Amino acid sequence: MGLLDKQFEHSNIIITSVDSLLNWARLSSLWPMSFGLACCAIEMMATAASHYDLDRFGMFMRPSPRQSDLMLVAGTVTLKMATRVKRLYDQMPEPRYVISMGSCSNCGGPYWEHGYHVLKGVDRVIPVDVYIPGCPPRPEALLEGIMKLQEKIRNESLAQRPQPKLVGELV
Amino acid sequence: MQASEIHEIVGAQFGDAILEFKGDAVDPFIVLTAQRILDVALFLRGDERLQFGSLMCLSGADYNDGTLGVVYHVDSMSLGHKIVLKVRVPKDNPHVPSVESVWKTANWHEREAYDLIGVVFDGHPDLRRILLPDDWEGHPLRKDYKVPEFYNGMKVPY
Amino acid sequence: MVINMGPQHPSTHGVLRLALTLNGEIVEDVVPHIGYLHRCFEKHCEAMTNYQQVVPYTDRMDYLTSMNNNFPWVLAIEKLLKIEVPERVAYIRVIMAELNRIASHLVAIGTYGNDIGATTPFLFCFRDREKILDLFEKTCGARLLYNYMRVGGLSHDLHKGFAEEARQFIKEFRPTIKELNGLLSYNKIFIERTARVGILPADVAINWGVTGPILRASGVKWDLRKNDTYSLYDRFQFDIPVGTDDVGVIGDCWNRYMLRMREMEESLKIIAQALDTLPEGDVKAAIPKRIRPDPGEVYVRTESPKGELGFYVISDGSATPFRVKARAPSFCNLGALPEFSRGVMVADLIANLGSIDIVLGEVDR
Repeated sequence: MGLLDKQFEHSNIIITSVDSLLNWARLSSLWPMSFGLACCAIEMMATAASHYDLDRFGMFMRPSPRQSDLMLVAGTVTLKMATRVKRLYDQMPEPRYVISMGSCSNCGGPYWEHGYHVLKGVDRVIPVDVYIPGCPPRPEALLEGIMKLQEKIRNESLAQRPQPKLVGELV
Repeated sequence: MQASEIHEIVGAQFGDAILEFKGDAVDPFIVLTAQRILDVALFLRGDERLQFGSLMCLSGADYNDGTLGVVYHVDSMSLGHKIVLKVRVPKDNPHVPSVESVWKTANWHEREAYDLIGVVFDGHPDLRRILLPDDWEGHPLRKDYKVPEFYNGMKVPY
Repeated sequence: MVINMGPQHPSTHGVLRLALTLNGEIVEDVVPHIGYLHRCFEKHCEAMTNYQQVVPYTDRMDYLTSMNNNFPWVLAIEKLLKIEVPERVAYIRVIMAELNRIASHLVAIGTYGNDIGATTPFLFCFRDREKILDLFEKTCGARLLYNYMRVGGLSHDLHKGFAEEARQFIKEFRPTIKELNGLLSYNKIFIERTARVGILPADVAINWGVTGPILRASGVKWDLRKNDTYSLYDRFQFDIPVGTDDVGVIGDCWNRYMLRMREMEESLKIIAQALDTLPEGDVKAAIPKRIRPDPGEVYVRTESPKGELGFYVISDGSATPFRVKARAPSFCNLGALPEFSRGVMVADLIANLGSIDIVLGEVDR
């Protein structure tokens, strides 16, 4: 990994900035809250299983929002569920990230036109960092989305943590 | 047993309740008056020759002509025959007796028909919305349903 | 005390909310609240311009077994149109449906082990499921939601080499079932947790409309593939496993779980026989250009891995369905959960819920 592979030739001291160290720590052990709603949840479970392992990324599904730092919204968010999504997001401690996995949580998915009970995109209630398209996205696509999030975290700074903007109204 | 024979047995007992019988449809059906459906259901389950012990499916429908309907698909696991029952009620007074006491399957199916179509089942122990939130307004599967603009602050249409 | 086992929970298999009335650790009453995944399937059917466009929406109902969801829909519309499909199409449909049955049961077994506390079977089951998903992906391009069957045919023919790969899978899977049996089924702790727990009597099950492996585990030998046969299932030799009382009692959680293991073996037999007698043909030959059934109604049901899945379609003569009702097996099975979960401990309630194997996409449609 970037920080470690060139540093141990002469001594075992690494000199780096606090930002890089903290970001490296955060991105290497993102604990997702298992928040599978629908079909994308099965692909998320398949990604966490042994064929496309998530454990090698340091990710380890936590059932409680209070112990997780990543919310993988996988599946259709309905209006009945949206208030609960917001409540769970509020219960997560900072720094927290949200990945919207799949077409339904990006924009309503195949139910965008006639779905009277479907929330057209989870970004109407919580701010989203990375969107992963697909219906359902392949496990490789989910891994790429997570890696994009890791890049985003790598470039963060303690001085200014960018707040993702909310699209639409908040409950 | 063929649908016509089932119709004869039911007709012998409840001749006045039967409005129509179509034996040559893809699935033969009997149309009944709405208020007698519970008596007919009890008879269908209890009679030795019929033994309709299970309700496969209960669906509500909006026929777009001022009436709502409920369709019952019943079958017998022991004797291997099936029949379809239908009732129709006017849209402004959609009351149908509940068959929950006969086939418990109807418990949730009738709640769903009430939720989505708006048919009120008299005698149901717990008739409230099942799929939509409790404070939802309207019955979405009706043909004249208008999607609301906002629900609890969230925009509903795309 | 009323406690909420909320929509977000690792053991509720999806977004299901259970309101438990507890007396210490004993569950006095459980009220399921559903609707958190209501995606307006029936309204979408009425808005589609074509009967073929409904197929992807049926996929997403029970997302673990998309092939088995497509099956009753295409059978229903073909019954309304009174068309016959070529034999090859019917054989391929049966093969795909049975492969998907195995895939669905693997997820059920894996997640059930997870609920009980055994995390290793989950990984084993998903490893084998990947082999089936590879087969599907090579044929139709998708891993989970295939949009494969069409009214009158299929979207793609089997890819070259499907038969060899499928036979290879069957050869590799039989020892895997033995491995899973050794790991989980006859494991002492698993038996303590699931045998004699959550007993569902047969008459209660029939009255509540419970179908599928749960009904068979309660001792009723009822399988739509034999009792109300459809497609080509009458040409194949296979058994219908029923609940036994050698370990546990008829109708308990262990029987419901073990039935799924035994059904996977029967599905392997069907697939092997179908592959041996698969005829040649064109899978798209009978797909009609315009689908306008005569005004009428039909109800067609098939045996999906969860139970009896049925579609009730009312057609008014136009190209759009007038009313579609999907009778989902998990909807009826879940309604019966309070019947056999009163007076048990919370951990047993989790075992009961896992053993009835619900998929919320189907419950809420």
